Amino acid sequence: MVRFILARLVKAAFILLAILVLNFSLIHAAPGDPAAVMAGEAGATDEQFLEDLRRRFGLDQPFHVQLWIYIKGAVQLDLGYSYRRGMPVAELIWDRLPATLLLTATAFFISIIFGVIAGVAAAARQGRWSDSIISTLALLFYATPLFWVALMAALLFSVTLGWLPGFGYETVGANHTGFARALDIGRHLVLPATTLGLFFTAIYVRMTRASMLEVSRLDFVKTARAKGLSPGVIQRRHVLRNALLPVITLAGLQAGQIVGGAVLTETVFAWPGIGRLMFEAISQRDYNVLLGVFFVSAAMVLLFNLITDIVYVIVDPRIRITQ
Amino acid sequence: MTRSPLILAWRRFAQNRGAVIGLAILLVVVIVALLGPTLMPQSPWRMVGRPFLPPLTDGALPLGTDAVGRDVLTGLVHGARVSLMVGLVSTMVALLIGVPVGALAGYFGGWVDDALMRFTEFFQTIPSFALAIVLLAIFQPSLFWIILTIAIVSWPPVARLVRGEVLSLRTREYIEAAILSGQTSLQIIIRQVLPNALPPIIVLASLMVATAILLESSLSFLGLGDPNVMSWGYMIGAARTVLRTAWWLSFIPGIAILLTVLALNLIGEGLNDALNPRLQRREE
Amino acid sequence: MSLLSIRDLAIALPKGADRPHAIENVSFDLAEGEILCIVGESGSGKSMSANAVMGLLPEGVNPVKGSVNFEGGDILGLPERAMQAIRGRKIGMIFQEPLSALNPLMRIGAQIAEVFEAHGLLTPGERQRRALELLREVHLPDPEKAIRAYPFQLSGGQRQRVMIAMALALQPSILIADEPTTALDVTTQAQILTLIEELRQKRGMGVIFITHDFGVVADIADRVIVMEKGLIVEQGAVDDVLLRAKHPYTQKLVRAIPGITAGEKQDFEAAPVILKVRDLNKTFTTGGGWFKAPRVVHAVNKVSFDLRTGETIGIVGESGSGKSTCGRCIVRLIEPDGGSVEMGGVDMAMLKGAALRSNRKRIQMIFQDPFSSLNPRARVGRILTEGPIAHGTPRREARERARELLELVGLDASAMKRFPHEFSGGQRQRIGIARALALDPDILIADEAVSALDVSIQAQVLDLLADLKTRLNLSMLFITHDLRVAAQVCDRIMVMQHGKLVEIGPAGKVLSEPEHPYTRSLLDAIPGKAYEQALKQVVEAG
Repeated sequence: MVRFILARLVKAAFILLAILVLNFSLIHAAPGDPAAVMAGEAGATDEQFLEDLRRRFGLDQPFHVQLWIYIKGAVQLDLGYSYRRGMPVAELIWDRLPATLLLTATAFFISIIFGVIAGVAAAARQGRWSDSIISTLALLFYATPLFWVALMAALLFSVTLGWLPGFGYETVGANHTGFARALDIGRHLVLPATTLGLFFTAIYVRMTRASMLEVSRLDFVKTARAKGLSPGVIQRRHVLRNALLPVITLAGLQAGQIVGGAVLTETVFAWPGIGRLMFEAISQRDYNVLLGVFFVSAAMVLLFNLITDIVYVIVDPRIRITQ
Repeated sequence: MTRSPLILAWRRFAQNRGAVIGLAILLVVVIVALLGPTLMPQSPWRMVGRPFLPPLTDGALPLGTDAVGRDVLTGLVHGARVSLMVGLVSTMVALLIGVPVGALAGYFGGWVDDALMRFTEFFQTIPSFALAIVLLAIFQPSLFWIILTIAIVSWPPVARLVRGEVLSLRTREYIEAAILSGQTSLQIIIRQVLPNALPPIIVLASLMVATAILLESSLSFLGLGDPNVMSWGYMIGAARTVLRTAWWLSFIPGIAILLTVLALNLIGEGLNDALNPRLQRREE
Repeated sequence: MSLLSIRDLAIALPKGADRPHAIENVSFDLAEGEILCIVGESGSGKSMSANAVMGLLPEGVNPVKGSVNFEGGDILGLPERAMQAIRGRKIGMIFQEPLSALNPLMRIGAQIAEVFEAHGLLTPGERQRRALELLREVHLPDPEKAIRAYPFQLSGGQRQRVMIAMALALQPSILIADEPTTALDVTTQAQILTLIEELRQKRGMGVIFITHDFGVVADIADRVIVMEKGLIVEQGAVDDVLLRAKHPYTQKLVRAIPGITAGEKQDFEAAPVILKVRDLNKTFTTGGGWFKAPRVVHAVNKVSFDLRTGETIGIVGESGSGKSTCGRCIVRLIEPDGGSVEMGGVDMAMLKGAALRSNRKRIQMIFQDPFSSLNPRARVGRILTEGPIAHGTPRREARERARELLELVGLDASAMKRFPHEFSGGQRQRIGIARALALDPDILIADEAVSALDVSIQAQVLDLLADLKTRLNLSMLFITHDLRVAAQVCDRIMVMQHGKLVEIGPAGKVLSEPEHPYTRSLLDAIPGKAYEQALKQVVEAG
């Protein structure tokens, strides 16, 4: 188990390293002077700043030296400087990261929990009207653009009905503390987390349903029936556990998409996370921030992957024991 | 009477109500995309009326106008073309990358497989949407780059699928027979392996077109679309700030995306049932 | 009084099946302590009545007529709840595939304890204790360890023992065994059969044993039911049915069983050697990685032999013996690690690229699975001509030859235009043989070529092979797990175990006076030997 996690960590480190190389190559592949790219649109006219960048990143030296300097910096969590905002990128991201983690983790758990429950319910009632409703809804949300659902939800629940705040992280100027503040943030979280989670809920519903039906046909389910077990126990103990394995694998693969989807949700709901930061950096051509957010979101994905890997190993003895 | 597997598959597809509905919707969208610009030759960017004209108030502008007085219907029709084209072309490019990578990895195994799969895994692990944003922000949004970017972030599942299929097909005895009969590796991959791996690839491709359309609209929504072409995502993005006053400007293009993507998903499901019928071995 | 009594049972198949009923007019009784075998070929409906008794018919398949009388009442079509009380407690069941029949994510102990739990019996602690006793009773080695193991850690035979322990946990009065030994090796099969026999005597339970293997029937049955296409064609005491069969179908099946004694064999000592295999080696390395040592399996271990022109050598062994790997190494479908395979002065093991492709044409293979050995998307015409065309034969000529080949293997030339799925298993195997012959090979390697076929079809294909062999003067390596089949077709037999060649010799000698203890244990395990003798006497007596 420890070995397994260790191996995964080594692999994750390699992937992060590869992303740094990719980032660095992108800076060089971009049209124009690399220093100007690093400085971003706002800083590209400040000759002093450009000169400073060239010296710091050795831009007059051979490619591999530059790469080495870049990676060394990144390993020390130096993700560059945002001229536009007058702040180191790492600090900017660090400020915004908790909001994004809160949003994505909530959406992730909401979608897994509801997705699996609805998928199991649909499979158990295969062919009946409740299955049709669940399956149709899943199909519908699977086809709906994330940002559009977010807009429509904001329109309906915030603008029209006024039930929930549709903007920001907490009520500005309310100065809540403690539990009141948590409640306030929670109310703000409902719409972004739900809309972000909807698409993924749809995926998990479809996957769980298909997987449950697949497993129900396997031989050991017949064995369980031959023992005289009740249908409820068979579904829970024999079918569900086995059906969850592919769902867990999928959840790991989808983690990257959830982090990406946060850009859209945070943009619509003005959620002050790294996704929103990325959106702002697009229009400002603030490449250091873009690349920094890209790097950090990749790290987040690797973290989500590691968690699902560990869950998988706990659930599946075949991997646990042979590892 | 000899029946080719293709005809049998089409019959199964035609029996699937959802798939037929999806096909009908998609046909409408395709026709609109093909004929629309001829029927509505005027530029979707041109001001044609007063801004914020609600739908169904003016016979000449049935879907109303946007914040700067552009015709929403014209925008929708021109957007259909962009969405479909981006969806189809980027999927084709993704297949062109993914199928060879997967086929080579699965067929040859060993270090070829290792190297190609590490590469694929890398692209699958990195958050694809964030990568797309970074690529487009750096290379300036144009249709060319949008299509390439979507292809770059969506080929890994193809490679994995094809590899898996090839791996399982590779051990089939008819592949071994083909090897023994003196056919070359290339002949075997093209004539024996890929045709049998085709059904799941077709299903995945139909779903990928849907995903690519969603991705394109998301990128356009963030302002990373081609500034010279009208697209559904751009329309929603432009209307975002006026959501309170003119909700229909976001609503209508969203429905267009939803229907198109839904149609493709329905078709994908229908194809899946039609091309991969569960071998119903009757228990004796 | 009988334990179970089935009357006029009919089970309907879903619309669109090849016949309206899976079984019809099925009536039989099972007495206490009796082993009743239901025997038939695939598609005969032999499993159906047993599944109906358990209420475990596949979806869409329903009983439409008849009764199943058990403990004074008709249990056919009882509500699910009432059936639950009977399953496992009154009637136990075991299945064909012992791997897929166990939940891969649950420990063995928990899966056995579940039987008690299902019927609300005992405390959790007592259930574990009983589970351990049961594992001992079915003679599972190291039961203390096995109870904590997961299914994937046990062998096929051990898993089937676990299944039996589970089925017998509550001392049911009936055990239904649905092809329980079909997926097992012959020695393991013998052990499981002994175990079932032992438990039957100890507990006095009635057993319904479903199988396609007459040897197994002869060894364990008290009474036999023979089924064909959903109908019972014959039933009676084992000797009456097997030795004095009245129904022509039963007679045909009995005749089709290959005997274990080798018939007249030719001696090929003088014939020239066509294939010379020396020190063939292959190891497989599985697992392994950055933090883990790999596992090495010696699949083929220094195997050497000569194949002479016109001769058939049988390579026999159980699963994992390396017999298939050996065949595939010879044709380089698997790359051997070492050794030489000499054919006409050329070492096949050293060839590369085009030279390998052109030399390989002299040695072709016939495969096991008639469903995966033909490309489902190619018409038969293409399947038969691809090879010759790849070697430069003009298309017209190749098609002409394909038509001849189809005739040669007993198929109509119209088959050219059809797809594989339009043929039966036996016909596909004929197409596979035609494909192998399309390149005019000198040597054929048949890898379990008849193992997937029903016994009557098997006999036809074996006859075809024998005929072709003499007509075309082919040499053959015949890989099989079935010593009966080997006895029938092979001139010499080589026995493999754990990758090693343990014995090679003339078929008659290996089968009657084996030298190696492993060969002896294989022979001892073959079911139905006594029956074969008895049958011979009956036949000789007229």
